[in-house]
Amino acid sequence: MARAVTSQRKTINTVIAWGVGLLIFFPILWTILTSFKTEAQAINDPPLFLFFDWTLENYSVVQERSDYMRFLWNSVIIAGGSTILGTIIAVPAAWSMAFVPSKRTKDILLWMLSTKMLPAVGVLYPIYLLFIQLGLLDTRIGLVIVLMLINLPIIVWMLYTYFKEIPGEILEAARMDGAGLRDEILYVLTPMAVPGIASTILLNLILAWNEAFWTLNLTAANAGPLTAFIASYSSPEGLFFAKLSAASTMAIAPILILGWFSQKQLVRGLTFGAVK
Amino acid sequence: MATQHSRSAARMMMAPAVILLLGWMLVPLTMTLYFSFKKYLPLRGDSLAGGLDWVGFDNYTRFVTSSSFWPSVQATLIIVGGVLVVTVVLGVLLAILLDQPMWGQGVVRILVIAPFFVMPTVSGLVWKNMFMDPVNGLFAHLWKFFGAAPLEWLSQASMQSIILIVSWQWLPFATLILLTAIQSLDSEQLEAAEMDGAPPLARFGFIILPHLSRAITIVILIQTIFLLSIFAEIFVTTAGAFGTKTLTYLIFQRVLESQNVGLGSAGGVYAIILANIVAIFLMRIVGKNLDA
Amino acid sequence: MGRIVLEKVTKSFGDVEVIPPLDLTIEDGEFAVFVGPSGCGKSTLLRLIAGLEDVTSGEIDIDGQDATEVPPAKRGLAMVFQSYALYPHMSVRKNIAFPLRMAKLDQAEQNRRVEQAAAVLNLTDYLDRRPGQLSGGQRQRVAIGRAIVREPAAFLFDEPLSNLDAALRVGMRLEISELHERLKTTMIYVTHDQVEAMTMADKIVVLRAGNIEQVGSPLELYRSPRNLFVAGFIGSPKMNFIEGGEAGTHGAHAIGVRPEHIAVSESDGPWSGVVGVSEHLGSDTFFHVHETGLAETITVRADGEVGFRHGDRIHMTPRADAIHKFDADGLRIA
Repeated sequence: MARAVTSQRKTINTVIAWGVGLLIFFPILWTILTSFKTEAQAINDPPLFLFFDWTLENYSVVQERSDYMRFLWNSVIIAGGSTILGTIIAVPAAWSMAFVPSKRTKDILLWMLSTKMLPAVGVLYPIYLLFIQLGLLDTRIGLVIVLMLINLPIIVWMLYTYFKEIPGEILEAARMDGAGLRDEILYVLTPMAVPGIASTILLNLILAWNEAFWTLNLTAANAGPLTAFIASYSSPEGLFFAKLSAASTMAIAPILILGWFSQKQLVRGLTFGAVK
Repeated sequence: MATQHSRSAARMMMAPAVILLLGWMLVPLTMTLYFSFKKYLPLRGDSLAGGLDWVGFDNYTRFVTSSSFWPSVQATLIIVGGVLVVTVVLGVLLAILLDQPMWGQGVVRILVIAPFFVMPTVSGLVWKNMFMDPVNGLFAHLWKFFGAAPLEWLSQASMQSIILIVSWQWLPFATLILLTAIQSLDSEQLEAAEMDGAPPLARFGFIILPHLSRAITIVILIQTIFLLSIFAEIFVTTAGAFGTKTLTYLIFQRVLESQNVGLGSAGGVYAIILANIVAIFLMRIVGKNLDA
Repeated sequence: MGRIVLEKVTKSFGDVEVIPPLDLTIEDGEFAVFVGPSGCGKSTLLRLIAGLEDVTSGEIDIDGQDATEVPPAKRGLAMVFQSYALYPHMSVRKNIAFPLRMAKLDQAEQNRRVEQAAAVLNLTDYLDRRPGQLSGGQRQRVAIGRAIVREPAAFLFDEPLSNLDAALRVGMRLEISELHERLKTTMIYVTHDQVEAMTMADKIVVLRAGNIEQVGSPLELYRSPRNLFVAGFIGSPKMNFIEGGEAGTHGAHAIGVRPEHIAVSESDGPWSGVVGVSEHLGSDTFFHVHETGLAETITVRADGEVGFRHGDRIHMTPRADAIHKFDADGLRIA
């Protein structure tokens, strides 16, 4: 039983927690605010918080100048494509490991996990070379494949832990109720597995969207996603804080929103089911 | 009921994932191993077609004896260790804070988690320019406000800056996992300790912390794996200058910037061995969890 | 119709034989209870009948048909699981209708049967809720509803009441007994609780380590348990067992007397001892008597008004016709 908490204590908790929360969130908030300033206001001394002339100018400048839409589209294709492809390959694998386990299932799962721990830099040149040979360098399909492969272990693991949670008795109940294999999969298993599959997809979209080793090293002008687009701001020219902020806001906004939906799954996915 | 039929079907269903990952692991790994024993400088005319000279363990010794090796190991350890200390300590405190009753808990939680969803290049550049810029950054304004001379963050305090940026990104991860672990603590255990006369600090030390030990271990192991290979944060801020050249970054420079593939590959093998040492511990924990 | 016959059925998991060759007949309309301590194989036996496990050897007949190789879906049996195994993503209505949908009944008939089952089980108000919104007892009813709508040849219950609290358990026990009275369908019920077995069963099957120790009506088992195990398992509080000299005078290796078959008195009786703990239930009082020289503790039942206290020395008289005699192998001596 939770005990009654005095409202005084609750107030103190609230004040401290909100203070800390806003402090941690501040860099994001500041980026969003700066994106609505003019370049001159962005470097004003003292800094301007809320009282400035709000403008959308930076957003239009960023979009026109750097072909933002193509980078965005690349991000969507690469993150979405690798996630979908990975899920299609992982669902049957996780399915069979969860429902028809054999003595080697555990070893296979752990081995898959171990491939995730291979440091990317250790295989950078071979991949680079293979990409040149196969004509995949700076192509979206190349990155879809690589990101699919690096996230496949996580997808399999997440799905496996979700499928594992479907109690065997329910499947047996369906069998007793006269369901054949097809009915069992269609009416009982799939509806129960869909939430898990959805969370898996969500988390992997986030991971793929933010991946910044292979996307930086294997792309140039053609297939670069938003990570590469933002990196191009690392060599500044003139006043650019507001434009950097606008570009950053656009790059992180979609994933911030997706991320808020996936908080719970985040823990499970990133700890390979070791913490739920 | 697993019949012979369903077993072979299961094998078929697993095959694509297994084959793909097997290829993904073996092919590049074999190539890296192969290159690490060769002299391979593509810019000086070495090519696979022309045949590469076998140099034995030369690359391995040269990588270790080069003047940048030990500094890079040191930089790696300081960054990984620093970030781990900051995120675990603050993560435990934040998790306990977020577990307290308050108004707007859900919103605070979202605020705290948000940095994790920011792509590494964005957080690197935002911190570098809008906070750490010695003229226009917020820190410079803050320093001036208190009458101090602004710092050249990324050159004068480069390691601290990198640790700050990376910790900011990983703090949400540690907090979220530790919070999940705290919430799984049976409140009756704490009440029992209270009845047994344990003051708050003792309850933290004897009940909460031991309960969190497994989660903390997992946080440390997983973060170590990811932190050993941080790249983008350094790429967009210092580009490896001012003592922030980690092992990962050093290998990247050897391979792609100076195109000394043999030397870089030897470095890559070291990195793989290092990561695997950490990985073995992590896999033990995860593997145990599988049996439960 | 639901006559179920098991012939020389065995089950092994790997090298471990959990059910040695076993023969059993459950008559049509009978309420049979499999009872035994945990790990005795009772649930495995039920799952063999359900078809959820394959028999290693032997034959299972349902209504005279060999059903050994028939998949569970086609055996015409319904099962209520310990965890209820409700489909979490379906409403109560859909849960109950699921077997009918699988049997491809038309919608009107499905609705009619679901409504009827819901009325019987007091679920009418909950038909549109999800299982997650129901209490334990209501979930149990939904599981039963799902079993009855398809009018099966027999019902199988796998410890269905073990997740309910004590008060609900008594209520549901009565409801299931009433259901059996009304439907007259064969029911096989697995439990580790001998009270459930005694109160509900037409026929009790006592199992230990996969072996049938005894089959019979509750009273048969109570009156003439075939061995020490059954004698000790059936009845509450447990039968008192006495070995040694006292047993010898009855020509047995051990004798057993139930607490309710021992009379107590302040001064008269062949046995005597010192009262330890006494449990007052109102209608009855149980005395745990020590220092009898017969066994460590002898439990006796007395009228609720009998007022011995801790430390009193009392005398006891076993009812002569209720002394159970067992030989050195633990088997009953007729």
